[in-house]
Amino acid sequence: MPDIGDIAANRLSAEQYQRHFDDVEPPLDRKRALVEASRCHFCYDAPCLEACPTGIDIPGFIRKIATDNVKGSAVTILEENIMGGACARVCPTEILCEQACVRTAQEGKPVDIGALQRYATDWLFEHDIQPFTRAASTGKRIAIVGAGPAGLACAHRLALLGHDTVVFDARPKAGGLNEYGVAAYKVPHDFAQREVDFILSLGGIDLRPGQALGRDVSLVQLRRDYDAVFIGTGLGGVNALALDGETLPGVEDAVAYIERLRQAADKSRLPIGRRVVVIGGGNTAIDIAVQAKRLGAEDVTIAYRRGADAMSATPHEQEFAQTNGVKIKHWARPVRLLSDGGRLSGVECESTTLDADGKLVGAGTRFALPADMLFKAIGQTFVAAPVRDGGRELLDLRQGRIVVDDAHRTSLPDVWAGGDCISGGQDLTVSAVQDGKRAAHAIDHFLRNA
Amino acid sequence: MADLRCTFAGIKSPNPFWLASAPPTDKEYNVVRAFKAGWGGVVWKTLGEAGPPVVNTASRYGTLEVNGQRMVGFNNIELITDRPLEVNLREIKQVKRDWPDRAVIVSLMVPCVEDSWKQILAVVEDTACDGVELNFGCPHGMSERGMGAAVGQVPEYIEMVTRWCKQHTRMPVLVKLTPNVTNVLGPARAAKRGGADAVSLINTVNSIIAVDLDKMAPTPTVDGKGTHGGYCGPAVKPIALHMVAEIARDPECAGLPISGIGGISTWRDAAEFMALGAGSVQVCTAAMHYGFKIIDDMVDGLNNWLDEKRHADLAAVVGRAVPNVTDWQYLNLNHKILARIDQDLCIKCGLCHAACEDTSHQAIAALRTSGTRRYEVIDAECVGCNLCMHACPVTGCITMVEVPTGKPPLNWTQHPNNPMRQAAE
Repeated sequence: MPDIGDIAANRLSAEQYQRHFDDVEPPLDRKRALVEASRCHFCYDAPCLEACPTGIDIPGFIRKIATDNVKGSAVTILEENIMGGACARVCPTEILCEQACVRTAQEGKPVDIGALQRYATDWLFEHDIQPFTRAASTGKRIAIVGAGPAGLACAHRLALLGHDTVVFDARPKAGGLNEYGVAAYKVPHDFAQREVDFILSLGGIDLRPGQALGRDVSLVQLRRDYDAVFIGTGLGGVNALALDGETLPGVEDAVAYIERLRQAADKSRLPIGRRVVVIGGGNTAIDIAVQAKRLGAEDVTIAYRRGADAMSATPHEQEFAQTNGVKIKHWARPVRLLSDGGRLSGVECESTTLDADGKLVGAGTRFALPADMLFKAIGQTFVAAPVRDGGRELLDLRQGRIVVDDAHRTSLPDVWAGGDCISGGQDLTVSAVQDGKRAAHAIDHFLRNA
Repeated sequence: MADLRCTFAGIKSPNPFWLASAPPTDKEYNVVRAFKAGWGGVVWKTLGEAGPPVVNTASRYGTLEVNGQRMVGFNNIELITDRPLEVNLREIKQVKRDWPDRAVIVSLMVPCVEDSWKQILAVVEDTACDGVELNFGCPHGMSERGMGAAVGQVPEYIEMVTRWCKQHTRMPVLVKLTPNVTNVLGPARAAKRGGADAVSLINTVNSIIAVDLDKMAPTPTVDGKGTHGGYCGPAVKPIALHMVAEIARDPECAGLPISGIGGISTWRDAAEFMALGAGSVQVCTAAMHYGFKIIDDMVDGLNNWLDEKRHADLAAVVGRAVPNVTDWQYLNLNHKILARIDQDLCIKCGLCHAACEDTSHQAIAALRTSGTRRYEVIDAECVGCNLCMHACPVTGCITMVEVPTGKPPLNWTQHPNNPMRQAAE
């Protein structure tokens, strides 16, 4: 066993890989779904509904599960959130609907809304039912850039309203983060593509993969050729540590690694370090740490420069990482990457604290964390170049993201935007879906009244 | 420890919990298991005449499930015992010999002919059992042959058969009543006139428990068809409590012991039946759902409750609630209560508002102050109906608080709106 740079594939048995990357939460069977559905009080003015960014009628869909009207339940969900299946798996429900659930106040145990939503939407997919039909054609064409949750939700709603859409995406597959970014055990069994297929099966959505904005198509050209444009390109860049040695073998970008992991049919082929350090405090940090552990890393530590409360990963996610054997080292920031023989050997951290003004400062103590592999998960950035025309910004940006109004319209009258690429967003799948849906209605209103 | 020993119509048992005449008491094997578990007595599953036994169907049971709770209601289309008479008699005799301290009562159902009753009573008496229960209740199958409920629905038949039985046996005679009548007092009084030592009630309620929407037939479905059955289980308890109370407070039935039956699943259910006048209770569905082990908590729970209330024995509680069962016309119309919502317990589900606003008196306001939900009772509109309290999922959150009116009690017989009111003296 090498002491430095122990990075290897095939650390586990085939059975272990299979188990580690299968459903993290198994689906409810009918009996368990009925029991869970019966826990819903069917609230008047339900707090959960208000807490759902897409405004799904949660008591309504749960009641339909309770009466075995599962198709009706799925339609109630998908009418408001066409990615209700993905959201059932990836939504941080503990800070959304389930936090608002009155059972949380009553007994600290909310109705498992996410699992019930999955039960209903899975049923519809398993029965291969297309419950929606398109309105009469308007003859209008809308270009949508980005086939992630925002773009697909926008395209689906526009198609439903009778418009034709063309969806461009830089990558070979549609789905965005559901396909390339979410932890593998949250959306196993190729769920993201099944959902994309379901969305496309409505008709009126012409998917053009491998077409990047700024490379294969330009905003100027799209505005000329289409009646309206929606931008949902997400965040294409990642923040750097700004430390020497970031190009050392063993230093990895978490987003890029997760993408490779998601696309790898055989997880045993992914090389992973024996000792892994993750820098960051968000969901990406949790996802890479847990997946590293599940790939067979022996020792995985997340180093985060502030306390648990400040982590953007929810307490539920933090706990999930810990029960997966991940250590979380709070109040520690990296100051130097350590190497030996041209390979990463560890990271030197400095303990941190808050000064009297609440500003983060070094506390003086330094310590080394040995690492064969280090993942950077310290945030993603919007790549603005594609929405520039030469040196000129075509769209107003704020803090590096696209500025939109309440109806998701950008500074250009025929361009809308949504999802992670807009300023002030929540960086959640469910918010992206809502952005796309609302933008679609705004575009529809604009086109019908133009 | 309170004394749970029970003497009912002269029949002694170590506790008041008997297994009702039904599948759990069809065989020595089951009954011995029950006695080992601690049951105080059994009413042996109904015996018929000598000769070829009845034949049963497959399937036999259907259930009502509510919100995932199994067997809230239960229905059966099973007939009386389908085992030969002599086998049952031999086993009854053996069981009574092996378990002399337990009550063994034998349920009987034979045609409405004096000689049939005379013959069966003679052979049953030979088992040394403690008593007989006349099955005038089964609403399905046997009633089509002129037995069971077909007898129980005709007070004259009840009286006649009861009298025959009293003439032909020295054993205590219990008459089991059917609820499938408009007024249970008719059959109860007839039993008393016939000389019954006690009545037991209720037998099962006529029911179709469900329709299989694929087979388009009632359940339980037998080769594509179904029939009405007898309904029992927790869901029928309110019906049974009412009928027990009606007999308990009827002057004509005064002194007639009542064995309470109908959805009894816990010691608390049993205590309620006893408070309304039942001297013993019989259980079936709960045992068929959970097995005989439930007797442990029934005995223990009843004991603890009696101790807590400082009652020495069962006699201290039997019939204690009967004086408080009255007719509607004697209820105090000047009694005023209002709903009170404990805002600290309220979880903001809004069910009280939905119920009151949509279906009652618009007496609960749904308020929003800076985004926070708040539900408040509008006293001027509240009629004290209790609906909100029942709809509220949080125990103790909504209570009904008595409001002094300063007015003397006034019931309908005295109320000025009543044209038939009794003149004040």
